[in-house]
Amino acid sequence: MIRVVTLLAWRNLWRNHRRTTIMLMAISVGVWAMIFMTALTRGMVDQMITDGVKALPGHVQMHNPNYLDDPSITNLIPLSDEALAEKFDNAGFKAWASRVRVPAVITSERDSRGVTLLAIDPVAERQMSFVDYDEVEGRFLENSEDQGIVIGRKLANTLETEVGKRVVIMSQDPNNEIADRGLRVVGLFTASTGAVEEAYVFMGKKTAQKMLGVAGATTEVAFLGDDYRDVEPVYEAVMREIDGTVDVNRWYDVNTYLGSMMKVMDGFVLVWVVVIFLALSFGLVNTLVMAVFERIREIGLMLALGMKPSSILGQIVIESMLLLVIGLAIGNLLSWVTIIPLQDGIDISFVSEGMEMMGAASVLYPSLYLSDMILANVVVLLLGFLASLSPAWRASRYEPVEAITKV
Amino acid sequence: MSAVNCIDLCKTYRQGDQDIKALDHVSIDIVEGGFVCLSAPSGGGKTTLLNAIGGLDIPDSGEVYIAGQRIDNLSKGELAELRLKQIGFVFQAYNLIPVLTARENVEFVMQVQGVPARDRADESYAILKEVGLEGLEDRRPAEMSGGQQQRVAVARAIVSRPALVLADEPTANLDSKTSDELMALFTMLNETHQTTFIIATHDQRVMTYAKRLIRMLDGRIVEDIDQRAA
Repeated sequence: MIRVVTLLAWRNLWRNHRRTTIMLMAISVGVWAMIFMTALTRGMVDQMITDGVKALPGHVQMHNPNYLDDPSITNLIPLSDEALAEKFDNAGFKAWASRVRVPAVITSERDSRGVTLLAIDPVAERQMSFVDYDEVEGRFLENSEDQGIVIGRKLANTLETEVGKRVVIMSQDPNNEIADRGLRVVGLFTASTGAVEEAYVFMGKKTAQKMLGVAGATTEVAFLGDDYRDVEPVYEAVMREIDGTVDVNRWYDVNTYLGSMMKVMDGFVLVWVVVIFLALSFGLVNTLVMAVFERIREIGLMLALGMKPSSILGQIVIESMLLLVIGLAIGNLLSWVTIIPLQDGIDISFVSEGMEMMGAASVLYPSLYLSDMILANVVVLLLGFLASLSPAWRASRYEPVEAITKV
Repeated sequence: MSAVNCIDLCKTYRQGDQDIKALDHVSIDIVEGGFVCLSAPSGGGKTTLLNAIGGLDIPDSGEVYIAGQRIDNLSKGELAELRLKQIGFVFQAYNLIPVLTARENVEFVMQVQGVPARDRADESYAILKEVGLEGLEDRRPAEMSGGQQQRVAVARAIVSRPALVLADEPTANLDSKTSDELMALFTMLNETHQTTFIIATHDQRVMTYAKRLIRMLDGRIVEDIDQRAA
């Protein structure tokens, strides 16, 4: 029975080539739009999150319980560098590093700016830093006792300084006294957004600890996992090693804006896919209703010959499913063909200022997720099935004797 | 045993403000292997009677029995099953499925019945040959003449060897030569397979083939003639 019903559905589909072709085009373009736009949005949000996580940096962070409310040098982690090394060196993390992160003011001979001072061990930070050490103009810090400072390109422009010139970095020590010192700019880093280049400066950790009078102490320990979407194993591993004197947070607890963006994104994709389908569904239902309407007599004949109403219903549903499956196949192929050539990025620098306000870079990398493609396909098939039920039900309810005499 | 037995059938249609009595206390009994023509002017009730016998229409009152089974109280699904297994239909206007070839149209009922593919192919080939359509098996209805299409419809009606064939104006769209050929075919099937035929017609030539002629007027049987005796 399924075979004959499927055969009839397939043949009926191609009875009106033009109508079927137009409907296929509508479904294909709709599916393409769903997947393509989702890939662009995903790419943008992924990059915003990746950049944001890199700027933290680290997937899981450990702080003094008061640090996130008051990120100052007074809220130090109550564990020394040596104690931290003893706990975490062999705990199996992809990377981990302790650092001093405090607000500071940097002053050149021309200007001053408020910045975040990241005092780091450049060797330990290499894997998790948002700075590509090899792309730095000049050089990056060589060790935690490095006497130089590395600042962002954009900050250098603002301060009208350059590699080789001296700047003064100023912050507070634990006694709320000014702690400052002059340093030579040894390198200018480039980041994905100008905001990051303006916000952070790097010093050697020990140099900064000495300046701030907190030898051997840090404000932050960062841990890196394999995927920012799955930080739970890292979080649990850290929790096993510490007691209640410190706070441990996942990156999305530290940067709640990015965290909520990741959560909202999945919902956004679903809403987007459903909205496009709803527009499509009008065309689909109209096509099916027309297809049913123009063969009332034929449906009456099949009922008269002994075909059960459920088989008529099945035939119309299969017809719409065939239409959707072909449309989906073409739409998926179109998406693939149009997204793959754009994997190297789309230059949107002409709107870079606007993108920067959102925390996004000026090159957009579309992200084609298998899960998004599956979602689009499942939504189209599921809603398409539901949309086809009404005309199919109508067809199956015809009285054969009335249907067969329709002209 | 009766192939068809109708007892006191009544059916009224509403047309505008008027009630039209399509069947007015009609009772008939048709034996197995009967070859009956229902004759009536347009609106005389012959198609309504045929539909009631075929389970396509439910009478307002009265009883319909097919091979001893009462059918006027069956559900839609049970009626579909009955039509599928026991009744062959030939409708006035060919009524083939346009997207199927002649062979596929003939096989349609067997496919719905679940007959294996090989058996279907053998049966459909044989029956199409029997109705003179050998070589046209793969043509679609649009590629055949009216007579050829009606032969396909006949082949479809008889291919699964139903006990009863109901034909509504089967020659209405055919020329006289094709009509004669079709009626000769019905007669042959009636004689060789003992298939019961009930044919609604107002074609005098068709009536001459019938063993029994029932004349209707305004939903009532006005004459019932055994033509073999005549």
